[in-house]
Amino acid sequence: MNRLAPLLLIAVLLGGWEIACQVMQVPVYFLPPPSAVALALAEHWPALVAASWRTLSVALISLVLASLIAQALAILTAVSPFLDRAIRPLASVVQVTPVVAIAPLVLIWAGLDHPERALVTLAVLVAFFPIFSGATAGLRSADPDLERLFALYGAGRWQRVVRLRLPSAVPFLLEGHKVGAGLALIGAVVAEFGAGSGGVRGLAWQILDAGNKLQTDRMIAALVVLGAMGVALHATLEAIERAGLKWWRGR
Amino acid sequence: MIAALSNVEVDYDRGLALGPLSLGIGAGEIVALVGPSGCGKSTALRLLAGLEQPTRGTVTRATGRGETAVVFQAPTLAPWLSAQANVALPLELSGTPRPEARRRADKALARVGLSGAEAARPAQLSGGMAMRVSLARALVTSPKLLLLDEPFAALDEITRRSLADDVLTLWAATKPAIVFVTHNVEEAVYMASRVVVISRGPGRIAGDFDVEGPLPRPPHFRTQANFRATVEAVSDALAQGVAA
Repeated sequence: MNRLAPLLLIAVLLGGWEIACQVMQVPVYFLPPPSAVALALAEHWPALVAASWRTLSVALISLVLASLIAQALAILTAVSPFLDRAIRPLASVVQVTPVVAIAPLVLIWAGLDHPERALVTLAVLVAFFPIFSGATAGLRSADPDLERLFALYGAGRWQRVVRLRLPSAVPFLLEGHKVGAGLALIGAVVAEFGAGSGGVRGLAWQILDAGNKLQTDRMIAALVVLGAMGVALHATLEAIERAGLKWWRGR
Repeated sequence: MIAALSNVEVDYDRGLALGPLSLGIGAGEIVALVGPSGCGKSTALRLLAGLEQPTRGTVTRATGRGETAVVFQAPTLAPWLSAQANVALPLELSGTPRPEARRRADKALARVGLSGAEAARPAQLSGGMAMRVSLARALVTSPKLLLLDEPFAALDEITRRSLADDVLTLWAATKPAIVFVTHNVEEAVYMASRVVVISRGPGRIAGDFDVEGPLPRPPHFRTQANFRATVEAVSDALAQGVAA
């Protein structure tokens, strides 16, 4: 029963919405009833799926790139206090700068001929920070007594990183990637909005395009698909995190 | 003399933590350091291990690299490694080829009674078993100096006693010098050939007692008059050290 509770609430809300639209005779272009959204979903399904795939692939490519860059930089900060001092403030700048504010600039630099590159760049910027901060925190999380043991047995700097700090960081990295993946998707969508019609024709473009044509039902249908994709992505990463932790701890 | 502290002092931000203190550890000796919390006994141990440097005074060790081993209060195992890989780690870090390191790790695990647990991860082991893995890791390099920092503090009384006997049996095989820190007087007298009492504020030696009797201990050693008398003497020194 408890598991059904959210579904029940959704059903009640949709029912209320449907009835309200019918009773109050709300114009369809202003607020279409759920039934109209469902019809739009069916009608535009192939286009929406294709658009989802474009958005998702931008997000996934960005996640992979952000992961590589963030981990490489985090390792550098772990090996050298000097690089740590140098890199951290810049990483924070990347974090606090809103992606919508950088979007126009990146679109000019990378996007004129290859809009998808601009989208990936922007999504990477958003996904970078949680992975980087997870990695730096994780690399510092090693048991201090294990650090002492490594010192006692004469382990070198790289031996410590590879055999102690990186493995200690695994739970933090899993968490960072989970958050980073969600942000990569958000980043991809925001970047699409910034790129407008010149960008990759993903889900955000579907929403913009439908909005321009006053196809409100199609807008909401695209939103539903976007929400479902976000939920699916989150669930997948949660499962990966669980499996990863189990592998790491051995139970 | 396998290791010695001569007139060592350690300053911390909040004032003097330890010393001046001098302490020599002979080859094959089992020395217990007892004292109240915060007396600096763990600091003395870390000085002997070379994990910490004294502010003044000198630490000398007649052991080479890999000949000093430390067991901490917690098992301090890497959760991502099997028991075998954890034990093999000291050997692998000092360049022993992996197959040989793993083979010697299996032997060390067998010595602490953990044959069959080679593939187990720390999370799958009980507290006592994890501590045995930690002990095997310390023994795998055949150290000449074995330092134990309140190694059984987190274990229940029965596990504690059986591990104490195991440590003595293992000691008898190669006779490394052992220095261990505890605040349990009975455990100190039972396990050690010599009990050093350290007083608080700043840590100084408040008593140095030899414990008569064979090692490993015979059954019912805890009920013998000699054991009781030494426990009394150490307890008195401890009480005076705390009062001072």
